[in-house]
Amino acid sequence: MIGRTFLLRHPSVMVFIALLALFTVGATVLSEGFGIGLISTSFVKTLGKTLCLCLIAIAMDLVWGYCGILSLGHFAFFGLGGYMIGMWLMYERTKSIVVEQLDAAPLPPTPEEVREAIGSQIFGVVGGSDIPAIWMFADSLIIQLALVVLVPGLLALVFGWLAFRSRVTGVYLSILTQAMTLALSLYLFQNDSGLRGNNGLSGLQNIPGAERISQDIVSIWFLWASALALGAGYLFAAWMVSGKFGNVVRGIRDDEARVRFLGYNVEAYKLVVFTVTAVIAGIAGALYYPQAGIINPAEIAPIASIYLAVWVAIGGRGRLYGAVIGAALVSLVSTWFTSGQAPDIPLGFYTIEWVDWWLVLLGFGFVLVTLFAPQGLGGLVDALVRNRQTVAVPPAAAVKPVEKASEAT
Amino acid sequence: MVRLFVVFAIACLGAIGTAHAQTGPIQAVLQDNRADIERASRRTVQPVLDAIIATGGERVPLFLERWRDRVVYQRDADGLFFLVEDEDADPMRLIDIDTGAIVGDVPEDEMSRLRPNSGVRGVIATALVQFQLSDPDPLRRAAGLTAIERDPEASHLTALRASIDGEADPALLARKTRLERLLTATFGADEAARVTAIESFAGDIAVDVRATLNPLLSTRMRAAETLPEDANIARVLEPGDDIAVDTAYDMLVDADLAPALVDDDARDAALIANIDNDTVAGSAVATLNTNAARDAAYAALAEAGTVPPAVTPDERAAAVADHVFFETYKEPSQAVTDAARQTLGAIESRVGAYRVVDLGLDGLSLASIYFLAAIGLAITFGVMGVINMAHGEFIMIGAYTGFVVQQLVPNYTASIAIALPLAFAIAFLAGVALERLVIRHLMHRPLETLLATFGISIALQQLAKNIFGTQARPLTAPGWLNGSWVINDVAAISYIRIAIFILAVIFFVLLWFILNRTRLGLEVRAVTQNSRMAASMGINPDRVNMLTFGLGSGIAGIAGVAIGLYAQVTSELGASYIVQSFMTVVVGGVGNIWGTLAGAGMIGSLQKIIEWFNPANTLAAQTYMIIFIIIFIQFRPKGIFALKGRAAGD
Repeated sequence: MIGRTFLLRHPSVMVFIALLALFTVGATVLSEGFGIGLISTSFVKTLGKTLCLCLIAIAMDLVWGYCGILSLGHFAFFGLGGYMIGMWLMYERTKSIVVEQLDAAPLPPTPEEVREAIGSQIFGVVGGSDIPAIWMFADSLIIQLALVVLVPGLLALVFGWLAFRSRVTGVYLSILTQAMTLALSLYLFQNDSGLRGNNGLSGLQNIPGAERISQDIVSIWFLWASALALGAGYLFAAWMVSGKFGNVVRGIRDDEARVRFLGYNVEAYKLVVFTVTAVIAGIAGALYYPQAGIINPAEIAPIASIYLAVWVAIGGRGRLYGAVIGAALVSLVSTWFTSGQAPDIPLGFYTIEWVDWWLVLLGFGFVLVTLFAPQGLGGLVDALVRNRQTVAVPPAAAVKPVEKASEAT
Repeated sequence: MVRLFVVFAIACLGAIGTAHAQTGPIQAVLQDNRADIERASRRTVQPVLDAIIATGGERVPLFLERWRDRVVYQRDADGLFFLVEDEDADPMRLIDIDTGAIVGDVPEDEMSRLRPNSGVRGVIATALVQFQLSDPDPLRRAAGLTAIERDPEASHLTALRASIDGEADPALLARKTRLERLLTATFGADEAARVTAIESFAGDIAVDVRATLNPLLSTRMRAAETLPEDANIARVLEPGDDIAVDTAYDMLVDADLAPALVDDDARDAALIANIDNDTVAGSAVATLNTNAARDAAYAALAEAGTVPPAVTPDERAAAVADHVFFETYKEPSQAVTDAARQTLGAIESRVGAYRVVDLGLDGLSLASIYFLAAIGLAITFGVMGVINMAHGEFIMIGAYTGFVVQQLVPNYTASIAIALPLAFAIAFLAGVALERLVIRHLMHRPLETLLATFGISIALQQLAKNIFGTQARPLTAPGWLNGSWVINDVAAISYIRIAIFILAVIFFVLLWFILNRTRLGLEVRAVTQNSRMAASMGINPDRVNMLTFGLGSGIAGIAGVAIGLYAQVTSELGASYIVQSFMTVVVGGVGNIWGTLAGAGMIGSLQKIIEWFNPANTLAAQTYMIIFIIIFIQFRPKGIFALKGRAAGD
């Protein structure tokens, strides 16, 4: 469906794919699992997680930068994707442990015994031993993988349909999506939600059936899977915004009423973008949490979704590479600052410890970016490209990039 | 003479040691039960206490008090017990327990102290009650009554009745007669008197009445072949409807009316016990990996007579069908349980009514908090179309202002009086600064304003954390705000919540006045409706924006002080109210203080109602409420009070 002409017309996509491939191969060569061991396995995991964050940033850019819907709920879809795959990982892993234990008993275990033992293993921590109904398909990888796509997709579809048909737009919609996220995280925080309350799901880094394979190697698998997903997601997003569909979506962002008067079904377009990006977010989450190893409802809290918007804003909305740059840069820098690796600054009377001051810096820095560089870091890239073009192309053609910049506001 | 006889009788009953004719009666009892006193335990001390009280000596209460207070000593030389004049003195001056006479001085190291444990001291305290009830000191009589109220016993009834006649204090007399009726209801010997006592509480919703009547109606589930004639039956249980068949059969097993089921564990244990050369009753162990296979193997074992046969489901159903299941009252008298049930029924419906009142008060106070927290947001959103994510941090600024003022001004009343205007001023200035420096430059870009103010929000929150630390800081209310306005045992509201309600009313009236009766209000309303048109009429929207933003932020500061008074002040204080504030604005409608009032009222009472249905789970209450709001928006996208000419989000 994505033809050669598409790639030729969008050289930036090819550049991105090439850079991503270079990065992935480079990380593999430097890794402990397959390469010379220059970077640690935990850093490989951080890189893999960052790729997943870039993927959800692309989803956020599609829905916000291109369609103008500031969703503060996409991290909820991300978390749901993680929960869906986490259920399978945890169930199967617990099952293999339980079966091993029960094999020592004098009688071979019945299916009921195995189920009960799994139940008390997983849910003992929230004071139960029954396996809730939502874990019905937890033993089937295929179904749980389908749920990774279906659950966020359906939630987005229902919520989006309700919200868009009543013409809720702008900040109202942002607040509503935030409310949805809050409701979901509060629900998951309950012990009887069936997903282990605030304990969340853990031990997700152990892949059932691959227990003997070291994490050094598993981390590389996930790095490649994440890179593949990011590449595919980037390609898909670029294809989606390039054609007529993309033009309509951009039109909705810039003036919804005009697009409606032109006869387009604005609500349907918005719903498609909202749902598709929710699915992408779910897939990103399903790849992220096996690398993180643990998921709990705090990950879904509204603030996470706002941070996502901040990454995209810093990276530059309305340009896919901007979202990727923003997510990668801010999340990696944030890890660097908050993990205490950044050098503290002694001022004599007071020492600035970045663990405490990073959020202050990020907050005010973000305000400055919004005020003085509304195009984000991606805008800088554009400015560089434009400078080269103004030298190379005749003045008549130089009008076009200016238009491009103004439509992103 | 009588006393001597009693002592003699007890000495004989006790049958320990010899009677100490030369010592007083209490000492004699103590000596007879020396072992029980030296190592007193909660269970064994009661007969000794009864014996001591039975001596009837005037100094019995004094001795018991000293014993309870751990200041009774035993002389090591002869094992006699003594009181002492001053327990810190050495040598100790001993006082005879029975006469109060000074016996002599003995060095401290020749004396051992009695150290009754807390259980024993509780028993002693209960025994002391009857003396306290007739004590000349009204405070001690009151203490005695409190002790009975806390832990009523049948033995108190006589003492209580005896003490009523001599009671001079009218308040205590009322307490005593009320307590007498409560005790009569439970412990009275005469059925008619108990019924009268129970019925006298009709309509009384006090907690102690319900605590007295409810145990009278406690029931026990039983199973029998036929309904017993003599039992006080509460209701007959139908297996399958009222109780599960499994439970019914378990009751039969417990009552030895049916053979025990062989449950899975017992079955598996029997199978394991009969493993012979990797087979059980002919089937290989490896095949026993389903319940059906295990049942079959067990049946084969039973066939061979190795194990008792399992009860089949048919047998189980037949056994259950052959028996009756019913609940009986633990209280044998039917007249008493009937009276208790009727009285309690009437009481419960009144309690229900007052619960609704209480719920209303709770909802109202929550609504006032939401109103205070959201009104500033509503004004700025209405006038400028801007969502200020840092609004919660202005609430936090107000709360911390209150905290700092309280560190500087130790008088709580004065500090609150200073903190309220100061919090307004500081939050006002912070709001104006935010408007001037950031929001003005992002005009007509509402989504970016939202994110920029979010940046401010995380920065301010972290700043507060860096300055004040992560631990919660207390904001103490002045003494006259402590306590509650208690309507009765069911409905009550704390004074702080009343104060917050009054504060909300004041600000509602004030804002209504400003918006409807002043020049600024006129300009604000004009800018709210159409900013450009207002500008062309000579209004300076820039100035209006700045002032409304400051005003909204200032009120948030006031709300911070109010919230801080009953919640702990942390850097997350504002963030925890921000979503509710948004909801209030969204539900109420934009740019209209009536809308905010309606939104706050609706969300506050709704949250309390949902919590009431599901009291154990406030998280669920919030979840359901948010879902409700999302659905509500479907029907009124512009809120309860929609402003004409503006779509949601414009």
